[in-house]
Amino acid sequence: MSAAQWRKAMNFSGGGRNWSGGRPAPVTPETARPPARPAAGSDSVVPTGAGIWRLWHHVRWRHLVVLVAVLVYPWVATPFFTFQIGGQVLALGLIALSLTFLAGYGGMLSLAQMTVAGIAGYIVAILGVSGTPAISLGWPWWLVVILAVMGATLAATFIGWLSVRTEGIYTIMITLAIGMAFFYLAQQNYEIFNGFQGFQKVVPPVVLGIDWRQPMPFYYLALFWALAGYFFVKYLIRSPFGIALQGVRDNARRMRALGFSPVAHRVAAYAVAGALAGIGGVLLVWYNGLITPGSVGTSWLINILIIAVIGGLRHPVGPFIGAIVFVLLQNFAIDLIDRERFNLVIGLGFLVIVLFSPDGLLGWWDKAKEWVMRRAGGRRIATRSGEWRSSGGPTGVSTRAPMARPLGRQ
Amino acid sequence: MTLLRRWFWAWLGGLVLAALAVWGIVDNQRLFFVTTLNGLTLAALYFLVASGFTLVFGLLRNVNLAHGSLYLLGAYVGWVAGEYLGSWFLAVAAGFLFAALMGLVLQVGVFRFMQGEDLRQTMATIGLSIMAADVALWIWGGEIYQFDPPRWISGTTTLPLVGKFSTYRLVLLATAVVIGVGLWAFLAYTRVGMMIRAGVDDRAMLSASGVNVQMVFAITFAIGAGLAGFAGVVGGTALSIAPGEDTRYLLASLVVVIVGGMGSVTGAALGAVLIGVAEQFGLAYAPTYGIVFTFVIMALVLAFRPQGILGRRT
Repeated sequence: MSAAQWRKAMNFSGGGRNWSGGRPAPVTPETARPPARPAAGSDSVVPTGAGIWRLWHHVRWRHLVVLVAVLVYPWVATPFFTFQIGGQVLALGLIALSLTFLAGYGGMLSLAQMTVAGIAGYIVAILGVSGTPAISLGWPWWLVVILAVMGATLAATFIGWLSVRTEGIYTIMITLAIGMAFFYLAQQNYEIFNGFQGFQKVVPPVVLGIDWRQPMPFYYLALFWALAGYFFVKYLIRSPFGIALQGVRDNARRMRALGFSPVAHRVAAYAVAGALAGIGGVLLVWYNGLITPGSVGTSWLINILIIAVIGGLRHPVGPFIGAIVFVLLQNFAIDLIDRERFNLVIGLGFLVIVLFSPDGLLGWWDKAKEWVMRRAGGRRIATRSGEWRSSGGPTGVSTRAPMARPLGRQ
Repeated sequence: MTLLRRWFWAWLGGLVLAALAVWGIVDNQRLFFVTTLNGLTLAALYFLVASGFTLVFGLLRNVNLAHGSLYLLGAYVGWVAGEYLGSWFLAVAAGFLFAALMGLVLQVGVFRFMQGEDLRQTMATIGLSIMAADVALWIWGGEIYQFDPPRWISGTTTLPLVGKFSTYRLVLLATAVVIGVGLWAFLAYTRVGMMIRAGVDDRAMLSASGVNVQMVFAITFAIGAGLAGFAGVVGGTALSIAPGEDTRYLLASLVVVIVGGMGSVTGAALGAVLIGVAEQFGLAYAPTYGIVFTFVIMALVLAFRPQGILGRRT
């Protein structure tokens, strides 16, 4: 079987992996070498109509509800909720989305995504306008933003190139070390990064007569990019590249034997994630209005991981759910507990999620759905939740091994 | 051919470094030697922290990102013990024992249930380190604590070429050498050490030959964590203890272990010397770019020898 046929076959079987309820495409026997896994879950035949109908077929009620909700949200919410909560959730969610893409689909848990976002933020501050005119160059905003996203992509590619030389668990160490090194560099260096103080007054420009710093314009700006990133990732994971990337995640050796280059796919995944994180970083620096070494410090490197893991690494919506929980906790923990102990709560919550729900909140959603189905007396649906998991692959997050296993087994 | 070229670059790099060293000696002899000695003492501290990290990693495949927290907690507990008991040596012992106990509890209570799930273990250690840092901040606040070591090691000693140098740092250097040799002897000559080395090579086989692997794991974790706590008190005496030190030493052990090779104690020593000396020279000669030296070393090692200088491919 040729590589092209394989790719085609894998592309088809990838349909069954779509968690969001997309029904798997019918598989003809000759294209499905792995014995027709998707067919097992298909309970209806997808009409082989034109593209637009096929697209519409994937839309569920909950998608429309969520879309309407996020569009209407700023009209019903107070400016505080629109900007402080909504804007921050979308910006952080976009950065965490880049990690979800890397970790969930590429099997590479990079802790340097906030560093990449921070690099974009620093580029915006250094090349654009800030409260430190001695360093900032004051270039036009569009050029600065393009350069920032490009710079972030380049930095991410470099980080990826360094870290994909080793596999699995080493990635987390290397990316953490790179991220922390950048933090110390930004803190020590006054000539470029303005040291401890960083840059203040980094604000979005006034374009088309709209001040994008205002809550509602900023919210829609962030929403646009968040949705764009979300759909881009959704598209990408079902494209041949995305399927090959998941193949690399599950078994790099086999993919290499099939003629794919695992290293190239991984570095490309880092580059894509870098672009996403770069956009998120630009939004975040505009949201905060400043960037300091603290924005790329260890705690924020880890917060991005927390957001992604709380939401669930299995689906691109996970990081946004995680970001909602995180931002709400951050803002309202003061009412529940002492503000000072926020880290204790978030650490404990993260630990609980890691220990008891490897799939994050999305895992609970699946379990709840399954429970409801069973209670409703319907036939037991074959939950597809397990299908995302790589068996023993690098994403150990979601591989939940049984407790009783032979001692000392790897 | 590629080998030849790689060695050519190594030789070229070595020549450049040597030329820089000669320039440093001619330019300011004292600064050069003091920086070297400072680098070595920092390397001693890094070695103490990183050896525990690499030991745990080598055997348990557990990237213990709470290692920095063990360092900090050991230092705080040692400080409290020193305050109440009035003895610096008891403080060191308390730091070691407390951290070892914490490590034992972690291994027996948490990580044992996630055997073989590297990433989940690592993420659990992240959660634990966040909580530990917050609890430490809660109990001990944001102040900076300092130890007072016994008088006979707190003064200065006059050395040739260097002049006056803190006696304590020399003691620290000697301690690290002793611990390093002791660790090597422990791994090379004792029965438990033999089991640990066997476990690093092949855990399944070790278990098959009738060894209680869980026991070996627990002992290793306790020793590794204890070394972090020990380093906490010893390093806290040389510098100071404050919130944020945990991430600093975590970064140090990460970089040292990446450079030296994961799971190798000798590699940790080599990596510690490289990183410690580079960091001090960076601080002395290019203050605002100091961290870049560390990063460049790490990037070079990853580019040419991803498994670390003395690491083995797994």
